[in-house]
Order: sequence, then structure tokens, then C-alpha cells
Amino acid sequence: MSSISMISPNILQVDAGRETDRIVARIRELVFSQLKRKGAVVGVSGGIDSSVVAHLCARALGKERVVALFTPEADSSPDSLRLGRMVADNLGIRSFTEDISPILKGARCYERRDAAIRTMVPEYGEGYKCKIVLPNLVDADRYAIFSIVVQSPNGETIKVRLSLDAYLGIVAATNCKQRARKIIEYYYSDLYQYAVAGTPNRLEYDQGFFVKNGDGAADFKPIAHLYKTQVYQLAAYLGVPEEIQRRPSTTDTYSLEQSQEEFYFAIPLAKMDLCLYGKNNNITAADLAPAVGMDEKQVQRVYAMIESKRLVARYLRSAPLLIEEVQGIQ
Amino acid sequence: MFTEKSVGQHVREFIVENFLFNQERTFTDDDSFLGEGIVDSTGVLQLVTFLEETYGITVEDEDLTPENMDSVNSVAAFLSRKMNSVAGSVPLDQKTVPGGQL
Repeated sequence: MSSISMISPNILQVDAGRETDRIVARIRELVFSQLKRKGAVVGVSGGIDSSVVAHLCARALGKERVVALFTPEADSSPDSLRLGRMVADNLGIRSFTEDISPILKGARCYERRDAAIRTMVPEYGEGYKCKIVLPNLVDADRYAIFSIVVQSPNGETIKVRLSLDAYLGIVAATNCKQRARKIIEYYYSDLYQYAVAGTPNRLEYDQGFFVKNGDGAADFKPIAHLYKTQVYQLAAYLGVPEEIQRRPSTTDTYSLEQSQEEFYFAIPLAKMDLCLYGKNNNITAADLAPAVGMDEKQVQRVYAMIESKRLVARYLRSAPLLIEEVQGIQ
Repeated sequence: MFTEKSVGQHVREFIVENFLFNQERTFTDDDSFLGEGIVDSTGVLQLVTFLEETYGITVEDEDLTPENMDSVNSVAAFLSRKMNSVAGSVPLDQKTVPGGQL
């Protein structure tokens, strides 16, 4: 086990220039040599991760070989499109805006989601907003069971614990958003013979914070090894717009603003980074606690949470399983 | 016709059928569902639905702790406390529930 003297909140500091050079060289090799594609498609959400990936791809492949896609839908924040455009404009890369709301309406995703919500909140309808949230998982031993928060048109909010059927119904319907986006990304991938860049950071990739065959689908994932705080370091180095660097992480999936903490990670991402690092490096909860500003018991709960999410994420990351190896295919 | 089952047996059957898919796997009545990778958080929600629908109880938010839900024995003890508190002095083993007499 590591000693307490070794653990500093700055432990995740990287040499951003050197790391950028390393990733850029690797992107060139992956896209041109291994995937044999002519460039990259990046879904740019206006968040920090996709902005960094767009910058890295432009630097690696050349700005003329990168396409940025904006895929807003009915529940998206207008900021996402505005900030995504800012990234593409600053980089001078081609961009396309594809509203995916008609796809989602055609597949009855909003209708199915709203029907699931109404099993818990019968009055939910036109003009209402919603999000799903986790309880506080750090200060007591609790299960990660979601509640729905609904805001009526006159601003009143109610919070109800979700039943199994309602939870599954809401998640299944909203996951269509990430999958619809991937349909469009692969349209442009086919059109230009480009590879699709995935944008998960290490927390998301490790903990399964993605939709299988949705944002989890990609041809390469250039920042999946970087902790979130390291992504911010690269963002500063690469010159990602300040407003994006300051923007709180959001899922931009539900009509009410929803942070990634309340939806998935339960604690601020900088602390989650340190806890994941601690767990990966066999640092005891007692040793890590001072660096992360939590007590030992809280860190123990986060460690347990990391482990249980990894179990779920195994399915999300798994490629299709075969009965036996297929001869002739490497 | 109802058959006599202990609450523990009833819960165990539910776990084996819904989470182990009746495959061969042994676990004791004290084994941690989460620790053994048998039931995750979504599974706990399914367990809660089973308990509410089968035993006619309401599981409150504050009941959703590993202390109450993380093993066959802890679920059985939780149910016993819950049903006794709902029904006053009627002990659990004198109640009849769908699927069998407790």
C-alpha cells in the first residue's frame, strides 16, 4: 500500500504538451494505418471531452480531415449547439447540424419516456420538465436507486422514487438519443470514409457511463485513458474556449439540467478521479481520504461503488460473444 | 393450494429464479448479494417490487439499505420487522401471503 506522504491532490497532473504529442501520434497511426480511414467524425456536444477530442483530431489529422457534428434534440440545452459551433469555428473544421428530434419522434422515444414517467407522476405532460437523480451515496450505505424529479409548468417540483418498470422504461427510451446520434455519425463516416471518434474520458469508460451501441460505439477513443482532471489540463493546453472549460459537466439528456454527479458518479468529478486513481493504485481509503477531503468511510463507499459499477460496465463494453472462434479472421 | 415456506426460502427462490436464472450456484443465507455479484442496484429495485407485491408492504426510501436487502437473512429479518410493525402484534408466522403461508 502507498504511504500517505505520497498522495497529493495534484497526483493527476500531466505534462499536457507531451501527452498531447503522444495522443496525436497515436491517433494518426490508429486512423490512417490501422483503421485505414481518411479522417475523423467527432460528435461535438459543447462539453469538455468532445471539445478536446475535436482539437486532438484536428491536430493529428489536419483540420480538413475532421468533421464536427452537432446533433441537438428537443431536450438539448441551446448552449450545447452554440458552444459546439464555437469549437468548430475556432478550429476551422467542417461542421454539420443534424436535429435528431424527428428520428426520436418517429421511434416514439419521447412518447415512450413520457408514458413511463406518467406511471409515477400521472399529471406529467406538455410543459413539464424532468430528470432522474441518485440519492446521496457517500454519507450512508444506500443503494443507487433513482428518483425522478418533475417540474410542472408553474415551477413546482416533486421527487418520486422510481419503480423498476418506470426506471427501465425511462432509461430505455432516453438511450435512443445516444443511439440516434450514432446513426448520424456513421452516416458521415460512410460518406467521407472517416473513422468515428469516441469521446469518453477514463471515468466514463471505466464506470460504464455511456450507452451501449450509443455513445459507447466508436472506432477509436483517444481520451479513454485520461482522468477528467487531465482532460481539463489538455483543454487548457489546446486552447479550448474558456467558456467550455468553465462549464459544469452535464448529461444534456433530460429537460431539467442534470449534473453527471447526480446522475451517475455521486461525488464531484475531481474527487471521483482521485478515488478511481486510489483504487487503481491500491491506496487504502484511510490514506486517500485527506487528499480527497473525505473521511475514510466515505472513500470506502466510493471504492465499493466503483467496483459495483465495473461489474455492470463489463456488459456495456463487451463485444458480441461467439460460440467459438471463427477461423480465418484475426 | 398453498404450501408452507419460510420467508427465507421464498426470497431465496426469487433470487435464484430471477438473478441466477436457475443455474447451479450456491450461496448461503448470509452471503452478500452485492458482494457476491448476485444482485446490483437495479436488481434491488426488482427485489423491492417483489416484496411489495408479494407481501403487501411499502418499502420506504430509508429502508433501502444493505442492512435490510443484502442477503436472504437480512431480507427475511427486514420483512419480519416490517410486517409486524404494520400488523401490530400479529406475528409474521401467522400471516398468509400470496404464494404460501409464512
